[in-house]
Amino acid sequence: MALLEIQNVTRRFGEFTAVDDVSIGIQAGEFFTLLGPSGCGKTTLLRTIAGFETPDSGRILLSGEDLAGRPPERRPMRMVFQSYALFPHMTVEGNVAFPLQMAKTPAGEISAKVAAALEDVRLQGFGKRYPHELSGGQKQRVAIGRALVTHPAVLLLDEPLAALDAKLREEMQIELINLQKEVGITFVYVTHDQTEALALSHRIAVMNNGRVEQLDEPSKIYGFPRTRFVADFIGHCNLFSGPVKARENGVVTLEVPALGPVRIETDSALPIGSAGTIALRPEKIRIDSGAPGQTPDNHWRGTVQELLYMGDVTVYKVGMPGGAQIEALLANSQSGRARFFEVGDPVEVSWAVGAGHFIAE
Amino acid sequence: MLYLVVFFAIPSLIMVLASFRTPGEFGGLAPLYEEGRLDLNLDSYARFFEETIYARIFVKSVVYALVTTFCCLLLAYPLAALIARSSKRYRDLLLLLVILPFWSNFLIRIYAWMIILGPNAALARAVNGVLAWFGHEPVPLLFSAFAVLVCLVYVSLPFMVLPLYANLEKHDPALLEAAQDLGASAWQRFWRITFPLSLPGVYAGGALVFIPALGIFAIPDILGGPEDSLIGNVIKQQFLETRDWPFGSVLSIVLTVAALAIAGLAAWVARGNLATPSSARQARA
Repeated sequence: MALLEIQNVTRRFGEFTAVDDVSIGIQAGEFFTLLGPSGCGKTTLLRTIAGFETPDSGRILLSGEDLAGRPPERRPMRMVFQSYALFPHMTVEGNVAFPLQMAKTPAGEISAKVAAALEDVRLQGFGKRYPHELSGGQKQRVAIGRALVTHPAVLLLDEPLAALDAKLREEMQIELINLQKEVGITFVYVTHDQTEALALSHRIAVMNNGRVEQLDEPSKIYGFPRTRFVADFIGHCNLFSGPVKARENGVVTLEVPALGPVRIETDSALPIGSAGTIALRPEKIRIDSGAPGQTPDNHWRGTVQELLYMGDVTVYKVGMPGGAQIEALLANSQSGRARFFEVGDPVEVSWAVGAGHFIAE
Repeated sequence: MLYLVVFFAIPSLIMVLASFRTPGEFGGLAPLYEEGRLDLNLDSYARFFEETIYARIFVKSVVYALVTTFCCLLLAYPLAALIARSSKRYRDLLLLLVILPFWSNFLIRIYAWMIILGPNAALARAVNGVLAWFGHEPVPLLFSAFAVLVCLVYVSLPFMVLPLYANLEKHDPALLEAAQDLGASAWQRFWRITFPLSLPGVYAGGALVFIPALGIFAIPDILGGPEDSLIGNVIKQQFLETRDWPFGSVLSIVLTVAALAIAGLAAWVARGNLATPSSARQARA
C-alpha cells in the first residue's frame, strides 16, 4: 500500500484537460519525480495533491485516507514553491517558525526546532537575516527548511532549482539527495529538466498532455523508453521509424525510409507490416573512419555534416546517402584534441543489434 | 526644490512672521514698524494657551480626524482588496468608480449629503421609525457630529482606497498560498501576511486622510451643528470674520506642527515596527 495514492485524477480548465486520468502510487520515503515539458500537467497535478486544485474526478489518498474536501492548510504536506515564496517581512527564523506557530507548537519548543531545521539545510547563523539579504541558493534552503520543520508526511517541490544557475543547481541536487535520505520524508518533485530528474529520483513519471507516458526507475526511463515521446524527451536520441519487414530469433528488421533496413533485438511480438520505432542513444553508436575489423549488425557510410564540441564529448551529426541524419557521440579522451573528424569527412557509423531499444506503436 | 521654496517655505515663513505681529485695528495686521521699532510679540500664542476653548476644539478636531481615518481604513480595506483581486477587466472599471466622485464639485457633494440626511429624507424617516419602535425620541441626522463624520469619511474614502489598492495589487499571491500550505487559516493569512505587508499603504492612506481631515472647514460649516466647529472653522473665522490674522496664524501653525508631529510619529512607529517584526512577535509570544 502506497503512502500517497493518486487514483484516476482528472483536472480540467474549461476545454483544456490539464491532468487526464492519472494514477500513481508513491511509496513512503521515495524521491518521486513528475517530469515533462511545460504544460504537460505536472504542476497542476502537484497543486492538486497539495489541495490548491480540486480534481474534477478521481481521488487522492494519503495513508489510505481520502483527502477530498481537506483544504491545503489541513493537509500534512508542504510545498516548496518555484519562487520560494518567503515572507519578506519576516526573518529567516520568522519564516521557519511560521508553520510551527500555525501548528500551535508551544513557544518554548519553537526556537529549538527552528535551529534544527536551519541546521538541516546548512543555514546556521542566518536566522536573523531577511530574505532580501540572501542569495538565491540560500532562499531556496530557507524555503525547504520552512517546509520540513513540521516534519510533513510528504514534501512537494515545484521546480525548486529552476531559478538557480547551473553550478549551484548541481550542488543543490546533491544536497537534496542527502537531505531526503537524512530526513526520510517522501519527496514529490516536479521538473522539466530531465538530467535533474534522472539524477535525483528513485522513480520518475514522465508526463505529456496530462497523461503519464511512463513510470519507471531513471535507468529504465533512459534505457528502455516505452514511447516515442519519452525517448525523444529524455536525453538525445536517434529515432528511426518504419514498418516491420522481417523477424527472426528475437531480431526485428525495420525498413526505415531515407536510411534502409535496421536490425534491432527485441522481445516484442509485433506482426510484420506494423509500424515501430527504434530509439538509439548517440553514445551507443560507433563512429570511425571505416577501418576494416569487426562489423556490427548495422553499419552505414556517411559524411560528417555538423559537429558540436562539448568539452568532454563531441557530438557528430552524420548525413546518410538516403538523406537521414544520425547523431553519434565520441568522448574526447585525448586532451587537447577537440575532435577526431572534421565536417565533410567520410565516416562509418555502426551499432550492434542490442544497442537500441524497440518501441512498438 | 525651487517649487518647495515658492509654494511651501515662503508662505510658511509669512505665516510664522504674522503669528508674532499685532492685529490691525480694522483687521489684518498692524504695521510691522511702528515708532521706529519692530512690533513682534507672543500675545497671540499666549491667548491660545490661556483660552482653553481653542485647545479643546483642537483636540476635538484630532479625534474627528482619527475617527475618520479609522473608519476609512475599515471601509477601504475590503474594497481595495476586492479591486486588487478582481480580473484586469473589472479592475479598471472599479477604480474608475472609486474616483468618479471627483468629477463633481466638492461642495455639491457635501450639499448632496444635506439632502440625504435631511429630516424629510428616507434615511432619517427610517432611522427615526426604528427608534420610535424602541420608544426613543426622534433624532436629527443633519447638523450633527454624525453628519460631519459621515461626510468626512465619504470624501476621504478614495484617498484611502487608492494607496491601499496600489499596495495590495503588488502582493505576490504565492505568499498567501505558501502561508496556507504552511497551515495558516484565512484569518491568519490576512493578519500575518497581507496586513503587515500592506502597512506602507495603510500609512500612506492614513496620512492622506488624516491631514486634510484635520484642517477641513467646509463640511462642519455645512453639515455640522453649532457644536461641531473644528479647528479649520476657527482658523477660517479668525482670518475672514474676526480678521485677527496673527491669532489665525498661530492656530494654523499649531495645526501644521501637530499634523507633522503625528505623521512623523506614525512613520517612526512604522519603521520601528518593520525593522524588528520577529522580535516584537517573540516578545508577544
